[in-house]
Amino acid sequence: MISTISLRVKKKIQNTFLFLFASLSTVIAIIPLFSIIFEVVKNGIKAINLDFFILLPGPVGESVGGIANAIQGTLILVTLASIIGIPIGVITGIYLYEYGREKKSTLISFSVDLLYDLPSIVVGIFVYIVVVSPMHSFSTIAGALALAIVMIPIIAKTTEESLTLVPSTISEAGIALGIPKWKNIIFIVLNSAKSGVLNGIILAVTRITGETAPLIMTSLGSTFWFSGINKPINSLTLLIWRYAMQPYPSAVEKAWGAAFLLLLVALALNLIVKSGGKSK
Amino acid sequence: MNEDEIFHLFSLAVASISLLLLALIFVVLVQYTFPVINKMGINYFISTSWNPVFGKEEYGILPYFLGTVLTSFIAILVGVPVSFGIALFLTEYSNKTLKNYLGTMISLLAAIPSVIYGLWGFFIFRNFILEYIERPLYHYFGGLSIFSTTPTGLDFLNGGLILAIMIIPIVSSITTEVLEQVPTEIKEGIYAIGGSRYDVVVHGSIRYSKNGIIGAILLGLGRAIGETMAVSMVIGNATGENALPKSLFSAGQTLSSLIANEFNEANPTSLHPNALIGAGLVLLIMAVIVNLSARMIVSKYKR
Amino acid sequence: MKRGSTTKKFLRYLLFSFLIFVYVLYLAILPSSTLVINGAGSTFVYPLISKWSSEYRKVNPSMLISYQSIGSGGGIRLFINKTVDFGASDAPLNKQQMEVAKGVIHIPETLGAVVISYNLPNVNLRINLTGEVIADIYLGKITKWSDERIAKLNPGIKMPDEKIVVIHRAEGSGTTYVFTDYLSKVSKEWYSLVGRGTSVQWPIGLGAVGSEGVASLINQVSFSIGYIELSYAMQTNMTYAAIKNQYGNFVVPVPESVEEAASSLAKSLPKGNESWENVSLVDAPGKNAYPIVSFSYLLLYNDLSTLPGMNEKKAKDLVNFLWWCIHSGQNYSLSLGYVPLPPEVVKINEESIKMIKFKGINLIGGS
Repeated sequence: MISTISLRVKKKIQNTFLFLFASLSTVIAIIPLFSIIFEVVKNGIKAINLDFFILLPGPVGESVGGIANAIQGTLILVTLASIIGIPIGVITGIYLYEYGREKKSTLISFSVDLLYDLPSIVVGIFVYIVVVSPMHSFSTIAGALALAIVMIPIIAKTTEESLTLVPSTISEAGIALGIPKWKNIIFIVLNSAKSGVLNGIILAVTRITGETAPLIMTSLGSTFWFSGINKPINSLTLLIWRYAMQPYPSAVEKAWGAAFLLLLVALALNLIVKSGGKSK
Repeated sequence: MNEDEIFHLFSLAVASISLLLLALIFVVLVQYTFPVINKMGINYFISTSWNPVFGKEEYGILPYFLGTVLTSFIAILVGVPVSFGIALFLTEYSNKTLKNYLGTMISLLAAIPSVIYGLWGFFIFRNFILEYIERPLYHYFGGLSIFSTTPTGLDFLNGGLILAIMIIPIVSSITTEVLEQVPTEIKEGIYAIGGSRYDVVVHGSIRYSKNGIIGAILLGLGRAIGETMAVSMVIGNATGENALPKSLFSAGQTLSSLIANEFNEANPTSLHPNALIGAGLVLLIMAVIVNLSARMIVSKYKR
Repeated sequence: MKRGSTTKKFLRYLLFSFLIFVYVLYLAILPSSTLVINGAGSTFVYPLISKWSSEYRKVNPSMLISYQSIGSGGGIRLFINKTVDFGASDAPLNKQQMEVAKGVIHIPETLGAVVISYNLPNVNLRINLTGEVIADIYLGKITKWSDERIAKLNPGIKMPDEKIVVIHRAEGSGTTYVFTDYLSKVSKEWYSLVGRGTSVQWPIGLGAVGSEGVASLINQVSFSIGYIELSYAMQTNMTYAAIKNQYGNFVVPVPESVEEAASSLAKSLPKGNESWENVSLVDAPGKNAYPIVSFSYLLLYNDLSTLPGMNEKKAKDLVNFLWWCIHSGQNYSLSLGYVPLPPEVVKINEESIKMIKFKGINLIGGS
């Protein structure tokens, strides 16, 4: 009698413990999320005014000027990287899906995986050695190439995954109609996997928008507007990194402002992906 | 040659870019690391000296290797239990709506750029852990060697804890996936013999999904090893012998933060840049080994 | 249910088109810069050059000077590679670097000093230190504030019987270069064990990142000692020590004592096109000269036509800018915590700037 009661009590305690552990963990993980969003908004909003969006940074330490060149720089870098990275990524994904059974493809699929795992700073070093060093200059194009390398494996993997999700009946129907295989893949199968592929691309764009490490030794940063793809360029992430460590309050305020913008874009893009995934 | 063959070759050529890039990255890094290994020999890996002074040049990456290991270890130690708890909460205690919302929120943690974690870690989180974790620990347990350095908030602990937060999304999402795949028969079997929810989780789910969880942990580890910006902003950036992990509160450096901090500053006529590229090579090898084993475990589990 | 998903879809498209709109706006409307002059290097002079760049646009609106603070080492590398039009470094080029960078002109553009700051609760008087004592503290040979060598220098002050907490910069820094240059000069043991450099192998101590990190660590940790730039100490009102100079005086770092260190050595300075490797202002001979002082240098090529993308007009603009920096530009030094160049050094710089030519064409002042 007593032992059953104590057993029941023990079970109750165990279950309560499990519930407390699970819910506490969840709360612990959510707190930093809210803290980051709260602090970035609180500190960042102070920096936001019209100048912030349209002016170049003033002399460091003075509270004049804005960060418009960093916004411009991030947009240019992401655009160039996408022009290079998206086609390569998507075609690689198609290849892995369509010719995945070939021997050669195992090697390629393996290297896409490894490329996906590379710490992005290693990509930065690589681009520094093969592009920056021979060109004798940090440059926009070097930064864009580094970002493209980060992008390719992400897009390749998501493209391959979303193509495998397309019901085989769809591609078989195309083949039955006598359409050449390549037209079938691109116009029918890829088309049905459109939203998955698009989500992968947005994911990759979000990721490179927030990248800093590979830009340190490739695009470097600049205090002026874009001045050619062979010249250094600023980015939001580089600006945050540099300004956060300055001893001047006005510089730190700009760093928070830039973080506010960056966070807004990152979260918005992420929610686009999430809502897209669910409405299907 | 028909259209299909051309398309085949074309896509093969494009897909080979990844292979080519990977090979090139490896070759170039090895080539640039060679001069420093040539000069330092095995000491490059086991020495604690880091001295770019002309005429006294010496480079040993042991402290930064250990720094990477220690911060990743802290991240796993703290991040994995929390992630597991989240996965439990999502699979055992949430309905579909709650699960959706919570899942989205946790995944937003992954969308925050690393440099913003660094900014937050430097200005906000640092004060928090200094005040509520480090100072009390130092005050009461300062005699223990792991708490023995005067706390500053810019140290291994801060770096490790930030990494813990950053790996939560990936570890918890894979663990959730793995737990969802536990067959209901196993769970129901345990309930049927009078087991509680605790028994089901501990004796059923965990045992059944052990491998998947290990894979998730390794993926988290891979993420932690390669992370640069956030860590470089909060770890204190010591070099040489001072960067050796003496306590949780001592300033240190990881392989990746070392590169981020010193790469542009390195004197071109010295071996300093080569020593940093070598650190990148070691980082690459560590990341590849961890991620490969993670992927093997996870994919075996999925199939 | 269905309406819910339509709204969601609509919101999604709205968000998406908004992002695209912002995107197009920035790419299409924002201007691009035609950079005139590119420079890179020392983080120490970043605030000053940044100020110059913006003030000089009032003099010559078409002149855009971009300066990237990437550290002296990086500045030298870009200068040697001819990636930038000028470099900036806290240390002069060494022999190897002089060989690669043929035709380099050194132009010291400002003066900086490093102060020894400390945290001694209950000590209100400024303490005195000597170079040897500082070196031994940083070597770990003097471990307590009550050490008799410190006590002897400070007869009126009761030094606490506490351990000295040594603080230094963790990352590479021109400040560290100047500080270790000084210690190398006053202590043979420091010279042979540690040496001078932007980042050295510290025998003991806590590392902190940036001047700000060192300053906040000193404030937080009682009985600590650390070194920071004068400019930073001036802006943050930290307490710092008086240091014994060659003449035997204990000197407080103020602009006058820093300037005297430079002017006392002005006669022995090389010409702009010679090697500056052995120029060191630390432990300078002046009667009231503060001993831990250094120039920061601008690096230029004597024939600007060897730079890619350079033309005569641009070269003239650059040289005029340099002329402005060493004259009117000096007026901005003090408020930013730098020390203006003494007239003797300005004179040397004038000669150096005249050596800068474009395919043999004089760019300034005819004579």
